[in-house]
Amino acid sequence: MGDWSVLISIGLLGVAYGMVLYLISVGLSITMGLMGFVNLAHGVFAMAGGYVTVTLMNKYGVPFFAALAGAFVVAAVLGLVLERTLYARLYGTSDFDQVLFSIGLIFVSIAVVRHFWGPLTQPMRVPAYLKGVIPVLGRDFPSYRLFLIGFSIATIAVLWVTLEHSRFGAMIRAAVDNRRMAQSLGVNTSRLFAQTFALGSGLAGLGGGLGADILVIAPGYPIQYILYFMIVVILGGLGTIRGPFLAALLLGIADTACRYFWPEAGAVFIFILVFVILYFRPQGLLHRGRA
Amino acid sequence: MKIAGRTCVAVAALGACVLAAPAGAIADSVKVGFIVTLTGGQAGLGETIQKATKLYMKLHANELPAGLTIEPIWRDDTGPNPDQAKRLAQDLIVRDHVQFLSGITWTPNAMAVGAFTKQAKMPTVMSGNGAPAVTRESPYVVKTSFTVWQACYPLGQWAAKNGIKAAYTAVTDYAGGHDAENAFIKGFTEGGGKILGSARIPFNTVDFLPFVQRIKDAKPPVVFVFAPGAAAATTYMKAFDDLGVKQAGIKIIGPGDITDDMELQNMGPAVLGVETALYYSAVAPQPATKAFVEAWHKEYGANDTPGFFSVNGWDAIAAIYGAVKALNGKMDPDKTMAYLSHWKNPDSPRGPLEIDPETRDVIHNVYMRRVEMVDGKLANVVFDTIPHVKDPWKEFNK
Repeated sequence: MGDWSVLISIGLLGVAYGMVLYLISVGLSITMGLMGFVNLAHGVFAMAGGYVTVTLMNKYGVPFFAALAGAFVVAAVLGLVLERTLYARLYGTSDFDQVLFSIGLIFVSIAVVRHFWGPLTQPMRVPAYLKGVIPVLGRDFPSYRLFLIGFSIATIAVLWVTLEHSRFGAMIRAAVDNRRMAQSLGVNTSRLFAQTFALGSGLAGLGGGLGADILVIAPGYPIQYILYFMIVVILGGLGTIRGPFLAALLLGIADTACRYFWPEAGAVFIFILVFVILYFRPQGLLHRGRA
Repeated sequence: MKIAGRTCVAVAALGACVLAAPAGAIADSVKVGFIVTLTGGQAGLGETIQKATKLYMKLHANELPAGLTIEPIWRDDTGPNPDQAKRLAQDLIVRDHVQFLSGITWTPNAMAVGAFTKQAKMPTVMSGNGAPAVTRESPYVVKTSFTVWQACYPLGQWAAKNGIKAAYTAVTDYAGGHDAENAFIKGFTEGGGKILGSARIPFNTVDFLPFVQRIKDAKPPVVFVFAPGAAAATTYMKAFDDLGVKQAGIKIIGPGDITDDMELQNMGPAVLGVETALYYSAVAPQPATKAFVEAWHKEYGANDTPGFFSVNGWDAIAAIYGAVKALNGKMDPDKTMAYLSHWKNPDSPRGPLEIDPETRDVIHNVYMRRVEMVDGKLANVVFDTIPHVKDPWKEFNK
């Protein structure tokens, strides 16, 4: 009996962690698959969402959900602005140039954030009604993590329905599969890129705010966590939204299990996992588009 | 026209060279190179040493003899990174011509820099780490910080004497954490206590909950926790709170690093009742402590509380001021070390502080503290004092 409940704990904690990673990374998967742009600076938008959430709540007393909405909006707008002014100039250029640009953007964002908020970690004060523990099958489980799972599933459901059943979603999927064909059929890919980038960034911001408990909000955020977002996207396969979901769950549960049973292994285990998966499926778990 | 123009430029260049002559050649400026952590998750540690240094220098500005100034130069080690720290030390000595090194956060960095100062004959006042062995690396190292053993070993003895029969240890996986673990286990088992298990948590852990879950599942009556102060302590304590560890009847003890005064208000009521051992508390009753905390609040605001790292930095710059005044700015390395090895500060914010001339490490009081609510704020209330504690590690490893 004891052993089963340990697995459930690990499972739930891992799923919560994975959900946060997914929310942040799904935008990256779509834009990398859609625009073929190597955007290492994706964490900047998650960080922006995190800072907005924490500042609205701590400094201005804004209620939690309103602050999350604010995070989504600000990150989406920031994404839109940066895409139109900076990213668009680098479409079609070499991967190396794109990487250099995104790394530069990371450093600029770190400096800006340090200047306004200082170098210390921002404390995330979860609202009282989400704190505490709930007994689940005989084990105490943090309420906030359960909430994370529920909220993320709801958000993801909305996202999937939108992408599968709306015209906007159809256009994205078409452009991911074959951009020239989509263009020749009248899809305004330039505007599509901007809208998709904004959506992806907004989701990242939302994930950043929701996950501020786990991925702490500090100036080093984009550098510290980009590796995890990249792993989710690469393992999942670029350009899909289901692939990263699978990858994020796998990463979250595996990382959590490893830290429970074999803490000294640290991050090594994750990299071994990535290596093994990519060895057998180099295109990722579920791959689509961008031939 | 052209010739006159070029002459103007030449004269201007010459003038600029004269004006830019190194200050050391004319006025007396003692440069102190600080190597601390200013970025990354633990930036709070470096930042507070900076603030303490600046505040001390502001309050003691007219104590230096006329014409003599002390110039701090700040460098960032970005975390436990011994190669980087050593390189920064080299640059400070060779390029910036410093006469003191200070700060040096993290045990691995301290050991690397410490060994280096022996060759360089550079007086180093370490305020950023709790390494017990570093003063043996070089005769030019003195510490105004602490050693991890000074708090954790007496804590182990105290726990065994006060009815705690068994404990689980959970430390951060790096040299400082290992020191804490060894010190506590020795003190505790010597008093008859039993260790139920030991967990070492990787330094760059993102999600702490799986570890805390593992501790909770072992169902120990007491868990000894070590985290290297500042933000790390807050994340740990939050993880304990998220999983209801206290409510499950597990008592948390550890060195005062885990209830760092600097971060205490961020930890929330989850930490009430946690008992720790440390050489400082922001609410300790000594007049020197009160004066220090008041001056800090006045300078940095009522919501900014100085923690033990702030005190380390304060005492380091105080020691440097003492040496500079005593030697009138002529910092001969051996004379400087002779002064520093015998330095005392009865008015340190931590209580009476002495440097042990034998070991060049600190001797100070260790206070047993419990987190309680005082005037609506969380505070580390002192309930017992162990006076004049020398470093146990060095006593055991003569």
